[in-house]
Parts: sequence; structure tokens; C-alpha cells
Amino acid sequence: MPTAHLKLWRGDDTGAYQEYDVEYAEGMVILDVVHLLQATQVGDLAVRWNCKAGKCGSCSAEINGKPRLMCMTRMNTFVPGETISIAPMKTFPLIRDLVTDVKHNYGVARKMLEFAPGAPAADGDYRMQQIDIDRLQEFHKCIECFLCQDVCHVIREHPDNLNNFIGPRFILQLAQVAMHPLDTNEKSASTADHWGVDYCNITKCCTDVCPEGIHITDNAIIPMKERIVDESFDPIRAIGRKLFGKK
Amino acid sequence: MAQASTTLGRERRYGKTQRVDRWWLEPLLVAFGLVSFIVYSTVSALMGAGDPPIWAYEAGPYLSPFFEPIIKPAWLPSWVSPALLILGGPLSFRMTCYYYRRAYYRSFFMSPPACAVVEPAKSYSGETRFPLFLQKLHRYALYIALAFNMLLWYGAIKSFYWEGEIGIGVGSVIMTANAFLLMMYSLSCHSLRHLVGGGLDCFSCSNFTNTRYSVWARISQWNEHHRFWAWASLISVGVTDLYIRLVANGVVTDLHTFTAPFVH
Amino acid sequence: MVDYETHEYDVIVIGAGGAGLRAAVESSATGAKTALICKSLLGKAHTVMAEGGIAAALGNVYEQDNWQVHFRDTMRGGKMLNNWRMAQIHAQEAPDRVRELEAWGALFDRTADGRILQRDFGGHRYARLAHVGDRTGLEMIRTLQQHAVHRGIDVYQECTITRLLKDGDAIAGAFGYWRETGRFVVYRAKAVILATGGLCKLFAINSNSWEGTGDGHALAAWAGADMIDMEFVQFHPTGMVWPLSVRGILVTEGVRGDGGTLRNRDQEQFMFNYIPPMFAAETADTIEEADRWYTDKVNARRTPNLLPRDEVARAINSEVKAGRGSPHGGVFLDIASRRDADYIQRRLPSMYHQFKQLADVDITKDAMEVGPTAHYAMGGVRVDAETTATTVPGLFAAGEVAGGMHGSNRLGGNSLSDLLVFGRRAGLYAAEYANAMPNLPGLNGTDVDTAAEEATAPFDNTGRENPYSIHHDMQDSMQELVGIIRKEDELGEARERLQSFRERSRHLRVDGNRQFNPGWHLSLDLRTMLTVADLITQGATLRKESRGGHTRDDYPGPDTHFGTVNIVQRWTPDGAVAREEPLPQMPHELAALFEGDSHADSAS
Repeated sequence: MPTAHLKLWRGDDTGAYQEYDVEYAEGMVILDVVHLLQATQVGDLAVRWNCKAGKCGSCSAEINGKPRLMCMTRMNTFVPGETISIAPMKTFPLIRDLVTDVKHNYGVARKMLEFAPGAPAADGDYRMQQIDIDRLQEFHKCIECFLCQDVCHVIREHPDNLNNFIGPRFILQLAQVAMHPLDTNEKSASTADHWGVDYCNITKCCTDVCPEGIHITDNAIIPMKERIVDESFDPIRAIGRKLFGKK
Repeated sequence: MAQASTTLGRERRYGKTQRVDRWWLEPLLVAFGLVSFIVYSTVSALMGAGDPPIWAYEAGPYLSPFFEPIIKPAWLPSWVSPALLILGGPLSFRMTCYYYRRAYYRSFFMSPPACAVVEPAKSYSGETRFPLFLQKLHRYALYIALAFNMLLWYGAIKSFYWEGEIGIGVGSVIMTANAFLLMMYSLSCHSLRHLVGGGLDCFSCSNFTNTRYSVWARISQWNEHHRFWAWASLISVGVTDLYIRLVANGVVTDLHTFTAPFVH
Repeated sequence: MVDYETHEYDVIVIGAGGAGLRAAVESSATGAKTALICKSLLGKAHTVMAEGGIAAALGNVYEQDNWQVHFRDTMRGGKMLNNWRMAQIHAQEAPDRVRELEAWGALFDRTADGRILQRDFGGHRYARLAHVGDRTGLEMIRTLQQHAVHRGIDVYQECTITRLLKDGDAIAGAFGYWRETGRFVVYRAKAVILATGGLCKLFAINSNSWEGTGDGHALAAWAGADMIDMEFVQFHPTGMVWPLSVRGILVTEGVRGDGGTLRNRDQEQFMFNYIPPMFAAETADTIEEADRWYTDKVNARRTPNLLPRDEVARAINSEVKAGRGSPHGGVFLDIASRRDADYIQRRLPSMYHQFKQLADVDITKDAMEVGPTAHYAMGGVRVDAETTATTVPGLFAAGEVAGGMHGSNRLGGNSLSDLLVFGRRAGLYAAEYANAMPNLPGLNGTDVDTAAEEATAPFDNTGRENPYSIHHDMQDSMQELVGIIRKEDELGEARERLQSFRERSRHLRVDGNRQFNPGWHLSLDLRTMLTVADLITQGATLRKESRGGHTRDDYPGPDTHFGTVNIVQRWTPDGAVAREEPLPQMPHELAALFEGDSHADSAS
């Protein structure tokens, strides 16, 4: 059986990296190795996980410095004998070991714009065409692992922006309401300044780390930035609105 | 179990990261590519000054893309290159382009240098304030860029005619390829994607929106490769200029079917 | 005196999967002060793993579909052991619950005329499952989560409940601890809704997340509630078998619904050899007819690949035992040779992703290797069909933790609809119960002290037993002895082993302190799992027949007597006590739907 050489954060902010050797079996992922470590050497090793199939987004961590899901990082992607560092997400306050306090995100979720549909058709069913919801279904793939929030330098490097900027995960959620064919919210509700979309400088790290492969920047953030331009910074549209009333 | 003495790595020291891959390679290559182009194009454009120009930019039916359209008003002093009059159009498009923004924010502003690598800036306001606020003008730059695309196509088509004769030369092929790549760069633009259909909430609601959806869907496919078109067209515009300048200054001889000589 | 924080609510909901969220939304809508308590972060519950869809007779794809057909499919799938009234309510209300989700923002795949598209699934007469690719559970939980959050419902995340509190016979609240700090918390409440999901972490090969430790089952049993049908555990026929690290992870039935077929080592489509008499009339017996059925539901009969899950799981088990399995002890599930790559990627994106990333298999090119995996508990807390009230006043249960709805075997897609239909009813009736009660029930300090002692006991032990090892050994025993095929003597051995695990768990050693300590958490979960394992093993011993999710090697066929009774259990200080209870009788107009069926008991 091969041996993994792990360098893993232990403890709270005052903790330290500890190194461990763990024997593992072929076909395993990082999370399996962490579980083996937990079962055989470090019974109280704190780690979040649920589904172990890349669907719940619980086991987010930084592996060799890259934000990733532990359950989707296969051992055979490492060079044998390589020291693998596993750290908790660094944007959020640390609780212990690999577990961080991600409450901030749930706080943002409470403030998000809510979908407000109009009335359904006479037979009680809503009608939507697949072409209208394809792009929204991509946003709905989000598993809320918060890796995008973790890697986003706007809040990772500048925590003072946490109050001004909702972060990539929630811009996705904003876009899914804004672009919903049945939504009746005013356009200005989704393009308002307080979401902080313009804090994003589209450097695309969120897209790079998304385990679901959602094109967060190209399909959600940039379109939202364009909608903001539509609302407030497009003189042609502004003149049009003056002349012909609100479109 | 051994104890390692490193800290978690939350401290904000520029360049600090736990990444072990060569994360600095991409920003470095991008910086190298952009700087090379800026240096070359600046020099090349400035050398269009003088009458006749210090470094000629017209050869037979070929006109360097840096000088298309050629505008030489009488008030323009001869020491100013006509390229400078039109440079602002394409430049504004590339400066505010969503791809190039990513590229230069990473490579030049180090904001951030790479994902999960600590950046030097102490505070950050993104594109919320002047001057980065002006990135919102991208769609106007797009309109200008589309006009330039038409001019370059016009130039490319013209390069198949010389002295009343229809023909083809290496230069006309290069100019056509350049016009095509520049057009694809514009057509894969995020703002255009938004304008043609991305701004709609309901694609299926009318025949018109349905048509816009088809265009949007096609542009979305091109848009996925916007980075490719950005670089391909950047390189091609430089290569096209270089080729035409070399031909115009007699350094290389253009292979072509035209019988009339390339003199102005 | 124990140190703890106290919260007061009209209704608390334990568990924030589909059922818990739906219950909280409904309860809160009545004006009842409602809290939602979950072991994990909000939105991570096992519901996200549901892939295929929500069964509801919307009739969007086949207008012949209606609640009666859905009801009939459900009862037959459950081998007639279901609580008929639950099955009826479920079939009648599911369509409205699905439409409601849409109004809350869910985006189901669409038909050409813009309505909700429905897909084929095992045991359903018509294409009936509203779905979003193969990630319907995620869509459902996210929609409910966002809806609940916007209703302002209080959510207590990463908080584990270890005991229900009572005032006399009636429920008075719950006791638990914060996973983050290990500190204790007491919820005083007029009504408690259990929506804790399943228990399949009892088995070595399972499709569940760590949360499926049967908490609600055990909490209800300890509180004195009746348990029903606990012997029925569904082994989903298609879990991943390779690599070992992903063994058990679900492969959606949608693969077969969208054209996939099962093959053995010899490439034979073996399901044609396993068509039981009960389903013979409506199942294709030639490959040609089965393939035609995907496009022509009217003139062709359905493929045996989509027989109910218990039938398919048993067939796979038999093939593997007969030496016709795949290299890693499963069988092949082939869609690559039957559908083009585009179609597969569009219809089954998560499956494509899952196999590509975890097993290095491209399912558009190669067959998957699959085998049965413990997936779902049909049994659970006995509830009133209308109100979801358990036999303990003030205690309600909905979703997987509740029993009765699915009989001896659940049809795919009926789980998500179950969560919505009975989640809503639990919220409604729990709130009604609470709103009629003027004051909070009393809090018994001694009970709180006992619960606290119990919870910290693992730290006081002086033993050397590792909780992870006990869990591992228990999973192996349950898999081997109380798994897909059961026998009298093996069940006896299982009982003895469970006793020994219980003994070992009195001598645990837990490292560290109470702050986010998974070793401690697991040692507490062991208590619930051992209780639930006892209930299952006892039920399995008593039901001397094979039916649905319960297969006895020593009683291979169904039995007339057992076809008319449920096994009902109640927990006592000396362990579980079981009795048989006759099935509730269906009214004539519903019974008429089954006329012409070969008698249900002839099903194997």
C-alpha cells in the first residue's frame, strides 16, 4: 500500500502544521486519506464532509495551496512521496483543524433578492421554454462549497469588503433571479450598488476553482456588470428612456 | 508525527502562498506578451512619422493595420505619425476588454498575481471608483472596434486589387487573416454578447427575441474562446504590420500575382 | 447542574433536508414560531444526493397519468404493504407540491410546450419524474432553503439532538449540543417534527452521507413512539463498486430510464431472465420490444431494466453469486453503446462528472460497473397518515424517518415527493397542535441532566475502544448478516454481535475535547445506530418471508399471513418489543384498482 505524506493544519489560529504518514489504497481521494488518519491516528481531527461525491460542497479545503474539494481530489494526481499540504479555507475564521466558520455566507443569503414570479397560466402551470432556463440551470448547479468565496481576492485579501461585496456565489444567485423569465422584480433591484458587483475585477479565480465547472465570471458576473451598465451608464439608453418612456 | 513550525499562512505578505505549482508562470508570460506588443507597436507607430515616413507602411495595395484608415489632415505636423490619430479606437477596446482586464490586473497590478496568492495592495475598491469605473465604457469601445473591423475588411479586400488588376499576394492573405481574427475578437466580445441577447430575460417570448437568442447562443460559443481570439488577433495585427513594413521598406519581397510594381 | 442555553419555540424541526425544510416553511406560514435544527450546514442534507426526480402525476408527458395510476404503482412497488392512505395522499398532493416548488424558483427541465418535463423511472407506469438533469435533489433543497431563509425561519446549524424531552407523555422539546463548541442546548417546544432522514450508515456499502445514522429513528424509539416496517431496507441496485473509495455512491436509476441496460460478464442483458410474475403482464420479454418502449409507450411494454429496485437488486446479486459478475464484483451498466455522447452528457451530467472524476471512466465510451448499495429505509416512525403525528403526543415525523408510506419497497422518485407532501403536512399539523396549546410544556431538569451525562460519558470512560473501529465492525456485520439476503441463523449471530458492540461502546476512548470533535460525535452516533440496528434485526427475524426490501434465504417466497400484517416495535429499557398488526383496510373504490392483479402475494 502506498503511503501519503500529509502536512495538515491542527488546532485553531494558534495551531501548527503537523506531519503525518498514512497508508492508503489505490483509487482513494484526499478525503479518504484524511478519514483514515482520523480513524487510526487522530480521533478528534475536525473535518466537515457529507456526501463524498462532490455534490454537497462540505469538504472544502486548500490542498497544496489550491482551494479544492477533498472528496474530488484523487491521490493519483500527486507525485508519489510528495508532501501534500492540507489547510482550512483562509478567508473564513478558523474553528479548528480543517473546519472554518462560514456563517458569513449564510448571513449574505438572508439579504439576497428573492425570486418573485408573476401569475401562472390559466391552467395553473407556469410556462417556460428550455432555452430560457438553460443558462439559469447552470447557476443552479452551485453546491455552495464556498470555494469561490474563499479564493476571491476581494474578500480574501481585503476583509473590509465583506460588507460591500456579496461574493461570486451570491452574484450567481443574483443573476439567477435577474435572468429568470418569470421574475417580476424591478431590474434596478438586481443592479443596485449594494450588491457590490463592481468590486469584482474579473480575474476569474472563482471560475478556476469551481468544482461544478460553472462559468461564474463569464456567465453571471460579466452579464450582471453589463446589466448595471444598461441601467445607469448607457447614455443612448438614457436618452431613449427620456424620449420614449421607460422600456 | 512531526511538528512543522509554519503558520497557517493567513498573514498578508505579498507573494505568500502555499501553492507549489508554478503559479507565477502565467502572469509572467502574459506580461511578457503584452509588453512586447506595446513596445513593438509604439515604436512601429511612431516610425510612421515624417513625409515620406521614416519607416514606410504602404506597399502596393497593402496598408499596415496600424494606419487603417489613413488620416493625414493638413494641420498634422509631419513629425506626428498618423497612426496616433486612430490608435485610440482599437486601444480603448483592448484596454476595457474583459479578457485583457483579467490579464493586466493579474500581471501588472498583481491584483491578485494568481489565485490564492497574497497581493501587494493594502486596500481595494475594484472597479467601483474612478478611473477603473470607466471600464463600463467597454460597449462604446466595442462600437468603435466594429467600425475598425469594417475598415480592415475594406483594406483586406482592397489588397486583392492593384493598378486595375485583380490578384493575390502573401500580403493580401495575411491582411485577410488579420481582418478575420480581429473580427472574431470583436464578435466574441462579452459586451456584444450582452447586447445581442444576453440582456434579455426571455428568449422565447417573440420571434425577434428568438432570433436574438440564436445569435446570442452563437456568440456565446465564440465568447468561450475570447482569450484565444484576443491573443490571436493581437499577434496577427503585429505580424501584419511587420510584414507590410518589411515589404514596403524593401527588406522582403512579397510573393504575388500582380504584374504592376509596388510603388507609391 | 449542567450548563446549557435554552431556546423556546412553538415548533422545532429536527433535520433540514427536503422534509424538514418543507415542514418549517409550512409551520412558519401558520404563524407558529418555528426553528430548524440540523447536524450539518444548511443545504448539505442527504437530499442533495437525490438524482433522478420527483414522482408526481402531473400528466405533462402522458396525459393518461393521474393520481390513481401513481397510487397503484406505489402500492404494487411496495408489495401492497404500504399504508394505503399515505400512498393515496401522496399521489394526490404530489403534483401541487411540485408546482409550488416552481413558484419558489425551482427550474425543472421543460417539455416542448414549456411545462415540466417528466422522465421514466422504475416501477412507474408513465414517465412521471419531474427532474433537473440528474441533480433534482440539489435543486429541491436549494429552492426550499432559499425560500425558508427568506421567510426568516431561525436555523440552528451544526447542532446535534441527542434526546427528545417529554413532559409526562407529551413532547416538551429536545436536548442537543453544538458541534462547534460541544456546548449543550435545550429547545423547549410545544411540538417537535422529526425529519432526520435515513439510517443506511449502518451498512458497509451504502449511498448515504455520514448523517444517515438513524438519529430520528432512535430518538423516537427512545421517546416511546411506535416503529413500523423496520425490516425493510432498500438496496439500490446501482451503486458504484470501483474504486473501493467510492463503493456505494449512487448511480441514478435515470441511467436506465434514459436507455441504459444492465449486462453481465458475458454481455447478456440478464434482466430478461428475472421478470417476476407480478410484473410479467406489463414487462417486455424481448430486447426488441424493450428498446422500442423508450419511444413507444403505448404499443410496447416497459424494459425489465426498470423493474422495481428490489427486483433489480436481487437479480444483480444472483448474477454476481453465479460468477457472471464484472471484475470488481458488480455488473455492467451500459449506456455508451446505446445513446450518443451528447445525449448522455445532457441528460446525465452529474453521472458523467462523477465517473470521470472518481473512477476515471468515461460513461459515453465505456460501461459502468455497478452493484447494490444500502440506500433507503422504508421503515420508520409510525405516523398518522393525515397528520404525520406519531404515537407520542406532540411528536411528528416526515420523510425517510417516517414509516408506512412505501410499504416493503420504495419506488424511485417517490422519496422526494414524499418529503414535500408529508413535510408540508407535518408542518401544518404540528403548528396546529402547537397553536392550540396555551403554554410551553414543562421542562424536567432531571431529564436534561441525564441527557447531558449521557452525552459526556465517552470522555469519562477509561476504556481503549476506538469509536471508528466499532462503527466499521458494525457496518461489516450488518452488511454481511442483515444485508440484502438474510437467514435465521445469521440474524441470530447479528443480534449477538450487536450485543458485543454495545458492550465495547461502553469502553470507548475519545481523544481531545468537546470542540468540533468527530470522534466524540461518532461515539454518540453509535448509540443511535446500535438501537436502530437492533430494531432492523428484530424485524427481519420476525418477518419469515421474502418481500420487497426484505429477502430471506430460508423463506424465499412471500407469505399470505405476512402479506396482511406490519411489524410494529416499541423500545423499552430492555430493548425492542415487537408485535404484528393487521394492515389498515383499503376502501372498495381503491381496492378496485388492483382487480385483475395476480394476487399480490404471488410476487417474489
